[in-house]
Amino acid sequence: MSDQTFRISAGEALTAEKITEAGEKPTEAVANYALRLGDDALILAQRLGWWIARAPELEEDVALGNIALDQLGHARSFLSYAALAWDKTEDDLAYFRYEPEFVNLQLVEQPNGDFAATIARQFIISHFQFELYRRLVDSTDATLAAIAAKAVKEVDYHRDHATQWVLRLALGTEESRRRMIAGLGVMWPYVDEMFRDDDLVESLGDAAVRPSSLREDFDTVTGAVLAEAELEVPEGFVARGGGREGIHTEFFGPMLAEMQVLARAHPEATW
Amino acid sequence: MSAPGTNDTEPWPLWEVFVRSSRGLSHLHAGSLHAPDAEMAVRNARDLYTRRNEGVSIWVVRSTDITTSDPDAKGAFFESPRGKEYRHASYYTESEGVKHL
Repeated sequence: MSDQTFRISAGEALTAEKITEAGEKPTEAVANYALRLGDDALILAQRLGWWIARAPELEEDVALGNIALDQLGHARSFLSYAALAWDKTEDDLAYFRYEPEFVNLQLVEQPNGDFAATIARQFIISHFQFELYRRLVDSTDATLAAIAAKAVKEVDYHRDHATQWVLRLALGTEESRRRMIAGLGVMWPYVDEMFRDDDLVESLGDAAVRPSSLREDFDTVTGAVLAEAELEVPEGFVARGGGREGIHTEFFGPMLAEMQVLARAHPEATW
Repeated sequence: MSAPGTNDTEPWPLWEVFVRSSRGLSHLHAGSLHAPDAEMAVRNARDLYTRRNEGVSIWVVRSTDITTSDPDAKGAFFESPRGKEYRHASYYTESEGVKHL
């Protein structure tokens, strides 16, 4: 094909490198907030990457891989920005922190389980991230707003992907429906934690988004999909949470070890 | 051998993907993929064929819904235009007094 028929270009977009280059130092509080959002995206990307070559079909390998890479991109931007506050790099934050120093939501560290469980986790986190980034574009912090503006478009697609699969699995075969219900049952206890406000968020005012302000829209949108899928919103057990304070579930340590082993065995290695 | 996407080991049917790279151009065949239904085929096409800003519009169609010309009927189908130069604009001479040709 000629150049004229298929034009290929990267396009202009905010990158982690540009954030580092700009060197706009965030305040300590903004950095801690960016760290939370960066950790959510990083840990989710690590979990999703496992699916490559393991998804039900080659096309789904690519779809989940794409979503993982989008999340990794968001993580790099948030972590690069946070790192400026402490004269560190994104790699210092990703590879050389210990488990209690990670402040991601417990939902994203939950094991992949089967495809339906991963879709359940993806359904919850994508709708959460979409509602969050949609508001963060109005942040008084220009860098957070710019990262959110890029991320919201990508996350919009992630929630569509997850929604499509929730509908298909729930309304597919008896077995796919059973698995979708089970997957939602495993992941839903971690929903409550996502919407808890705390002192850090309060102190940031309009630079951040209050998690509790997202709950209503999240419930409305996910509720509509679940209703269409003829599923009940899971009720009952609520996990204690604490991810934002560095408290994690038993599944987190092994995952972190795998994620960090190469960088720790060969510090500052490049390829 | 069965047609692609129709045997038991391929539970998802095969789809042909057409991508339009920009406004004003036609959709061009980009390739094929597996998907459980048309909506998912469009999404898979987005992931597989528009990762590098290649498109503004995607069409998908079930491969089995495409009727092809018969490769054995090459003569009847594709050799007929030979020698019919008058079907090309270059066959005609410029008429006097016609501007902007």
